[in-house]
Parts: sequence; structure tokens; C-alpha cells
Amino acid sequence: MNFDMGKIDIAWCPGCGNYGILTVLKSTLAELEINPRDLVLVSGIGQAAKTPHYVRANFFNGLHGRALPPATAIKAVNPQLTVIVTSGDGDMYGEGGNHFIHTIRRNPDITAIVYNNMVYGLTKGQASPTSQPGFVTPLQVDGVSAEPFNPLAVAVALNASFVARTSIHDMELTRRIFGQAIRHKGFALVDTFTPCVSFNKTNTRQWYKEHTYVLDDHYDPRNRTAAFQKAVETGPWPLGVIYTSPPKPSFEENLPVYKSDRQPLIDRQVQWDRLAALLDGMKG
Amino acid sequence: MTASSAVHDISIVLAGEAGQGIQTIEQLLTRILKLAGFHIHATKEYMSRVRGGTNSTSIRVSSRPVQAPLRRIDLLVPLDDKVIPHLQYRLTEETIIAGDREVVGDIPRLQHVPLMQPAREIGNEMYANTMALGLILGLLAVDAGVMEQDLGSRFAGKGEEVVANNIRAARLGHDRGRELRESGAIRFAEIAAHDNGNEIMVNGTEAIAMGAIAGGCQCITSYPMTPGTGVITFMAQHQHDFGLLVEQAEDEIAAINMALGAWYAGSRAMVTTSGGGFALMTEGVSLAGMLEMPVVIHLAQRPGPATGLPTRTEQGDLDLALYAGHGEFPRIILAPASLQGAFAISRQAFDLADQYQVPVFILTDQYLVDTYYNTAAFTLEPRQTGRFTVETAEDYRRHRFTPDNISPRGIPGRGQGLVGVDSDEHDEEGHITEDLELRVKMVDKRLGKLARIKEALPAASLEGPEHCRWLVVSWGSTCPIVREAVALLGRADLAQLAIQQVYPLPAELHRYLAAAEQTIMVESNATSQLGRLILRETGHRFHQAILKYNGLSFTVEELVDELQKCLSVS
Repeated sequence: MNFDMGKIDIAWCPGCGNYGILTVLKSTLAELEINPRDLVLVSGIGQAAKTPHYVRANFFNGLHGRALPPATAIKAVNPQLTVIVTSGDGDMYGEGGNHFIHTIRRNPDITAIVYNNMVYGLTKGQASPTSQPGFVTPLQVDGVSAEPFNPLAVAVALNASFVARTSIHDMELTRRIFGQAIRHKGFALVDTFTPCVSFNKTNTRQWYKEHTYVLDDHYDPRNRTAAFQKAVETGPWPLGVIYTSPPKPSFEENLPVYKSDRQPLIDRQVQWDRLAALLDGMKG
Repeated sequence: MTASSAVHDISIVLAGEAGQGIQTIEQLLTRILKLAGFHIHATKEYMSRVRGGTNSTSIRVSSRPVQAPLRRIDLLVPLDDKVIPHLQYRLTEETIIAGDREVVGDIPRLQHVPLMQPAREIGNEMYANTMALGLILGLLAVDAGVMEQDLGSRFAGKGEEVVANNIRAARLGHDRGRELRESGAIRFAEIAAHDNGNEIMVNGTEAIAMGAIAGGCQCITSYPMTPGTGVITFMAQHQHDFGLLVEQAEDEIAAINMALGAWYAGSRAMVTTSGGGFALMTEGVSLAGMLEMPVVIHLAQRPGPATGLPTRTEQGDLDLALYAGHGEFPRIILAPASLQGAFAISRQAFDLADQYQVPVFILTDQYLVDTYYNTAAFTLEPRQTGRFTVETAEDYRRHRFTPDNISPRGIPGRGQGLVGVDSDEHDEEGHITEDLELRVKMVDKRLGKLARIKEALPAASLEGPEHCRWLVVSWGSTCPIVREAVALLGRADLAQLAIQQVYPLPAELHRYLAAAEQTIMVESNATSQLGRLILRETGHRFHQAILKYNGLSFTVEELVDELQKCLSVS
């Protein structure tokens, strides 16, 4: 399968970590032999949210912060589609924070890849929910004072079905985790560290390399207490699959419309006879 | 004028505190009265509280079809002492008040009917409601057997004891009502019954929800907000039968974005909300405009601004629906006048949205969604929905330029092509563009759909002579109330124009307005929102306006009075 768009104009800065994510995403999709016609990339607004324009597939590039609600609905009305959300830390954890919480609760069978560069790129360098304390920007002139948002701890608290973190400086790890996340049934979160070369001079490619480590094979992501411990570790930051919940049904599987009939909702017809019977019942 | 209508109608009001079960009695009573062959119109007004306050249900029993509420009360059955001051303005010299002195107090003109003590003897003070129901049915000479059979089936799920107690309470009330009627203590004009076997008893909420189902709606995503919640609740109750996806979203923003995702992927979807919730959806309306994505929005109006009067009615959000969403793009706003209109418009909204790829508003209000009356069973024929999506070819472009400005809409996974949509300005494939010439073409394409929509929408309905001295214009739920008032005035030089298609306005509107010597606008808002829209679109300025915004719907007598004042000015 070829997800390449050919010669296109990409809006990212030279050296941006997003190029690496795009490369890994396309090769992972090819490895998984997903048909581009059955794939929908969904995004909100931001640099990460432009990804759907750079992958040959269906796409729904909606509003800032609003990637998860349409993604949930797309998968629900046609579970035969593979749905992947590509979003940034501002889009997903800031503007879209409420949807992030409640989508985890619903557990739709979609994958959310969050490009986490700890800064706002498209609006030129303001703090993001994951910016570290003291991070100085043209808007946070005395440095960030708010507690950084911890997506992994929140996801584990909500018993998310798949929670991982990777960093694009390690492309092989990223490929492995993307593959697991997309194959995973249920909501899969992949918080992906990526350097912003234009607006974040603190958290650089080198910084991510020096401040992260990969969880070894002895780590058991099924242990929720251990997962909490890993989720709150920051120095250095653990990479890998942090948590997988005990198996649970996805949002689509829980929907009454699919309990006894697996035909996608979009292929069904109006139940005219039942509507006529309902009206008859209102006669008295 | 009012006196002549009394020949055909009895206006009954049952009122008490929230939590006393007035709503349950309303449903039972309207159904039994319908079974008895009467024409019924029932509407309620209630406070935004779960206990206490005063809630009332007004039931109009008539020998002819009625679609409008009366101000006057012929029979008031109060279940507590706060009712009389609450409804004082509706009482007349002839109003009969029948209730229990124990709860109502020693008020003038009270026809004392013991309700509480017998209810306690049956086992619970709540049975006073069922006694009141029996009392009303006894006064109207409704057959006790019909009543008991209906109560039996209604309470069947709650166990034999509950059924027996309710029937006992109803029978006691019925006996008392019959005695009062036979002794001549309370006497109403006889209401002729008719064969209404093919009619249904339905309210606005149900009509909207069933219209949506008939329109092929498979998916409803919403956040609860009075008075819009009823539609998603009805669809949840029937989701198993109709294969509906019903999701309570975390907020209205999620709700409309989910609906857009569902349409994108090939399903018909709607949201239901009220003004404050809809305010949160406005960015989603704008997104629908940019993506050229169909979506159906049921906006049940209540008085604002902000939280306003949560449980009451107003036609105050036309401007909101009209201007919601940044940027310029077409939309359709439809406001059903009747329950038939609610079903038909709700059904049609899905085809219109799908065909023209625009947001379609169904603009109702608390009065309409909470109003019941008997009406012909909704027509399902032809049993089909329009089909406007295409199977994509390899070179598919979602926003392809076409002569009629409507690009064939494909859905992901159905065909050989790819379907891309983007909230940025985009090219034909849906990819981001800053090509400013293309931008202009895309704006023109989107707005160009409006001309097609205008041609497709139905005409406004004019009742009365086309060239008249007086033309009364109204929209949505206010129209049937105006119709009855105009009929009562009985003037050959007075015509009524009822508008259900609020935007774009009907093409022939200007001709009708120009043909009248004097025009009067009737709306349930403070600033005449439709009047101002018509002024902007047609240049016509209404000569007079009757505006109401105290949270209650118009009544027939009130409009007769107000119209008479208007007609005396010239």
C-alpha cells in the first residue's frame, strides 16, 4: 500500500520532528496493509493537525480541539474503517481537553497520536498545556507557572485501554508503538515527543534523547499501579507502552445498534413497518 | 368573541406542585379524552424545579379540531393552595373551581370535592391525582369503562395493587363528577364526540423525533437541555426498534462535531438543543458551512439571554440561528407551525441537508414540543428517503466545481476514491489552499447553493384574499393561534400568512405583503426578529407588531383582543 502523496508542499519547518512521525506513520500503515480507501485520518488544528494532508487517505480535518468527537462518530457509523487522529498537545490536551477525557471513557476503537512538542507552533511560540514550568515565551514572559498537563496519568486514571509514549528521536520504537496502537482494539493514546525547532529551544531533539529512557521487557503495562508510577516519572521520562487495561468492549461494541447486527449503520434502511406500528399505537 | 367559542369548548386546567404527578395525569387524561372521541388540545406550563412551585396543564376539550390554547378557564382543579394566585388572570366569572378544601383552603366559589382523605384511605395522597382525573372524566360524562380499561393498561407494569388502587381512586372521582353533573351543581355544554380512530394523540417532541426517523436519521448526539431534551429521550426509548445510535455527548461542542463526523462517514445525524446549548455549537455550524457537510439541528427555543426561563417558551432565537457561525455560507431554517408540520419538516430536513450539503435548522419552542393534540396519523408514504451520496471514482474530488454548485458527495470506503474535507479554505480535493482566486470561486460555489434552495422550498401559506386590507403574518408555533383568532374575528378584509420556511424566505412573500394595505406581525419575542429579517430581505416594514415575551405562548382570546386593537388603528 502506498500512502505517499508524491511531490507536495509541506508547511513544516526544516528539521521539524513531525517529518519523522509522518515517515513512521506511513510506513506503519503500509506494513499493516491498511487500504487507504478504508482509512480516515482525523485532526483538529495545529501543525500536527496538518498531517492528514500529507498522507494518501480519506481525511476529516476539522476544528481546533475537535478531532475526537468526529473520529468517534466516523468509527461508530462505519466500524469497517480504520480511524487515526493526528493532533498536537494544544489541540488534544488544551482546546480539546474535555473531549480527551470523555473519549477515553467511551473507548472507541481509534488511535490518537499526539505530537507533543511542549509548545504552540502554528500560533508562534506560546506555552502549551505540556510546557514545562519556567518555560519563557512571548506571552508567558516570566515563564510558565501552571502545572504541566500529564496526559498519561490522566489516561491511566480513566482506565484507558492503551496508553503509550514514544519520542521521535527513536524511530524504531515509534514504529513499534504506532503498530501496536493501531492494531489495538479500543482507544489507543500515543503521546509522541517531537522537537519544535522554531519555538522550543529547550526541549530539543538532544534534550529528548537525554531525558528519556525505554521501558525494558520486564515492565508489565497491565499493572495499573506501576503504570501510575511510570506516568508521573519525569526525570528521565519513560518511553514505551505504559498501560493496557484489562480487555473491555469498545464504544462501537457497546452500542445497542451493533449488539445483534454487525452491519455498519450506514448500510441500513429506515424501519418503516415499525414506524407505522408506533404511529398505530398512538391511536389509542 | 370568547363567548361564541364557549359553545364548542371546555377549557380545563389541572394544577399543583412539581412532583405531584400533573404530567402523568395530563398524559392519561388526554388519551382517555381522545378515546372518548373528543378533540383535544393540551399544553403545559411549568417551573424549572423538581419539587414545589406551581405547574399547570391546560386541556381544551372540543367538538371540532383545536390547535390553540385558550386563556379562559372553565374548570379549574387545583391540587394545592398556590394555584389560585398563580392562575388568577385566567379565571372568569364563570370559572368553576373544583377541589379539596383541605389543600386549597376556604376560597370563594370553591366546589368542595374530597380528594385527600379518600386518597389516604386508598393508601397514598398521590392518588388524589387519579381522583381528580376521574372527577374531570365524570363531569364530562366519559364512560367509566373506557377510563378503567386505559388505567389498567397504563399501570399494568406496576403491579396489581397499583392498578387496583388507581382504578379505585379514578372510580371514586368519576362517581363524584357524575353526581355533580347529574345534580346540576356543575354543568357544561355537551361536547359532541366524533370517530377519531385514524387519529393519533401526539406532542411536538414526538412529531419531531418520528419525523427524523422517517427522514432516515440514524444518529442523534446531544447534551441535555430543556426543552430540546425530549427528542433525544424519545429516540433513546425507541433506539432498539429503529437501530438508532443515541449518544449523550460531554458538551454541545462534541455533540455537533459528532453529528458532522457521522454525516461525513455516510449516516444521517441530528442534534437537539436549546439556545444556550446551541450557542456552544455555533463553531460546528460554521464547520458544516465550510465542509459543505449536511447536518440537522433541532433548536427548541426558550427565553434567554443566558439561562433565562428554562422551562418556558419564546421565539427569541431566530437571529441566533440565522447568524450562528463565523463566515458566510448558506443555511436553511424551518419552523413548524403544527404537529403535522413538525413531522413533515423534520422528515424533509434530512433530505434538504443531504441534497444541498448545508446545515438545516428545525426551529421549535417549548410551547410546540410540549403541546399535544389529536391529528391524522402521519403519512409515511412514500416509504423512502432521498439518496444523495455517490460511489466515488478513482479521481474523486469532494468539492468538484459543478454547474449547479453542488458537488456529488462521496463517503469514505464506498468507491475507488478518497474523500477529504478541511475546515481551512480548500481546493476541490479538500486540501488546504491559500490560492486567493480559488478562495473566491469556493465562496461563490458555497453561496451559490442558496439560489437552488430557494427554488426547492415550499411556498408560504396564505389564508384569505390575496388583496386584503389587513394581512397578519406569523411564523412557527404561533400560526395556529393566529389562525383561530383571525377566524373568530370573521372579517372578509383580513387575511393570514403563515410562515414555516423562515430562511431563505418564500419567494412570493413580498408580493403578498405588497398586496395588503396594512400588515401586522405576530411573534413571541421582544424585537420582532422575523419582521426585521423581512425588512432586510424585502424592504417591507410592518405597520404594526404584536409581540409577547413573558415566557408563555399566545392564547386565542389574547390575540383576538390585540388584533382588534390593531384593526381599530388606521
